Amino acid sequence: MTEIPGALALLRRTARRPGAAAGMALLAVFFLVAALAPEIAPYDPLAQSLDEGLAGPDRAHWLGQDRFGRDVLSRLVYGARLSLAVGVGTVAVSLLAGILLGALAGFFGGTADRIFTRACDVLLAFPGILLAIGIAAVRGPSFGNVLFALSVLGWVGYARVVRAQVLKVKAMEFVEAARAVGSPATRLLATHILPNTLSPIVVEATFGVARAIVAEAGLSFLGLGVSPPAASWGSMIGEGRHFLFVAPHLVAAPGAAVFLTVVAFQFVGDGLRDALDVREDTR
Amino acid sequence: MRSYLFRRLAQTFPVAFGVVTVVFLLIHLLPGDPVEIMLGESAVPAQKEELRRELRLDRPILVQYAEYLSGISRGDFGVSFRSREPVLREIAGRFPATLLLAGTSLAVSIIVALPLGVLAAMRRGKAADLLSGFAAILSLSVPNFLLGPLLLLVFSVQLGLLPVSGYGTARHLVLPAVTLGLGMAALLTRMVRATVLEELRKEYVVAATARGRSRRAAVALHALRNALVPVVTVLGLSFGAVLSGSVITETIFSWPGIGRLLMQAIDARDYPLVQGCVLVIALCTVAVNLATDLLCARLDPRMRYD
Repeated sequence: MTEIPGALALLRRTARRPGAAAGMALLAVFFLVAALAPEIAPYDPLAQSLDEGLAGPDRAHWLGQDRFGRDVLSRLVYGARLSLAVGVGTVAVSLLAGILLGALAGFFGGTADRIFTRACDVLLAFPGILLAIGIAAVRGPSFGNVLFALSVLGWVGYARVVRAQVLKVKAMEFVEAARAVGSPATRLLATHILPNTLSPIVVEATFGVARAIVAEAGLSFLGLGVSPPAASWGSMIGEGRHFLFVAPHLVAAPGAAVFLTVVAFQFVGDGLRDALDVREDTR
Repeated sequence: MRSYLFRRLAQTFPVAFGVVTVVFLLIHLLPGDPVEIMLGESAVPAQKEELRRELRLDRPILVQYAEYLSGISRGDFGVSFRSREPVLREIAGRFPATLLLAGTSLAVSIIVALPLGVLAAMRRGKAADLLSGFAAILSLSVPNFLLGPLLLLVFSVQLGLLPVSGYGTARHLVLPAVTLGLGMAALLTRMVRATVLEELRKEYVVAATARGRSRRAAVALHALRNALVPVVTVLGLSFGAVLSGSVITETIFSWPGIGRLLMQAIDARDYPLVQGCVLVIALCTVAVNLATDLLCARLDPRMRYD
């Protein structure tokens, strides 16, 4: 079991690894860009200029224009908002459900645990984003539906980690001691067990944001993500691939953004794993 | 082995049953009336009623569920709303193309990962190891919807070496298989490296080298064989990811497999076909996971007693 240090101490410890420090810096830039999109974007991301459609990069439009003549840089900046919001939002919803269900299954065991394990097995039988594709296909493209589609499967990973940790921690002496002095189950779980299970969850959630961003991009690529004309990085790649031969810049810019974000989250996740000394244990 | 087989089968059936249930519920997640969504606003009431009857949506949900289960058990996955063909026949027509693509991608990942993983393990900490680690991170971070267009741009547009899309010859297969296989190769490389490293530390390898075997022979004859179980497990588990990834890859390269069929069904709002495609891919994943477990138990008898 590892204790979670304060947020600032944890960040400092994580940043000792050069890769993690670079990842954190990159993510800080991306989140800043997303937050300040209206101030940073040089043009309205939806403003069309059809006679300039598919124009390449120039001094006025650094990353060129898409088929409707919309500024690619502005769409990329606004796209950061949607892509990061889906990534963080999916992990937040999945974490909430995963921690709650995993903790209850691990703590109470018995029938609840058996139902939990079977439900996880069933959901994990749907590989990759297949179930999300199915859900997004029937619900239609929208931000909320993407969040829902990705969270339906997203919680399973966190819940399994929490369950495994709860099983481990609840057998420890300090929990036995708290139980012996009459702590009710809810207090045992909330104040003694759960805080001691969070280290692997923090690491898993960091990788989870990267996975969710890629999954959203995949859904948007297929036309099942956010509804047009709003832009996410995935939908920009999806639209751009139809003009790959004449305007490869339409895929290059959002592609690089997805790639850099995923690499950054992976480096930060690796750094956090080292800082928290987490070993994989989900059985 | 037989009791292990029965035990695993007993675990698999409830999962398959659950998968069928989730897929049945998919159509009930539609916001509003599924029939109206499929036919559009211009449909007359008589048309709607007919489709409702055809899809059995006019009956209580439990009756629909019972009929769906009974249909699946008889191989009746419903009828495609657009083509009026049985869903299973439509899927069966596309499945060989997907199997060919998935099989070739698995082969690509093995061909890349085995030598690279062993090399990285044998030269731990040296340039080859660091390079293979970097390549693994790189390909893990490039999703297939990015890698596919990138490969198209280089090998089809710039170099003109391979066709942009289509099906039928080995040249058509190269880019989709590499797109689908590279991510898995990265995962597999890491796994091979880790397991070979672990095996290299064990006493039997030390004993083999003490008896005069070269380190290379010790790896080839002993360590690699024992590293096979985790490798087979990763390959088996990756098969589902390959099937799921085929949806995007087949869309990029216009590969006429089940993934492309699923996207065509989504575009046509052909929900019985959407359900059928999702169900078949998920059930294939369940079956391959079972086969992987059985193969691992055959390779390592200790697993049968876990």
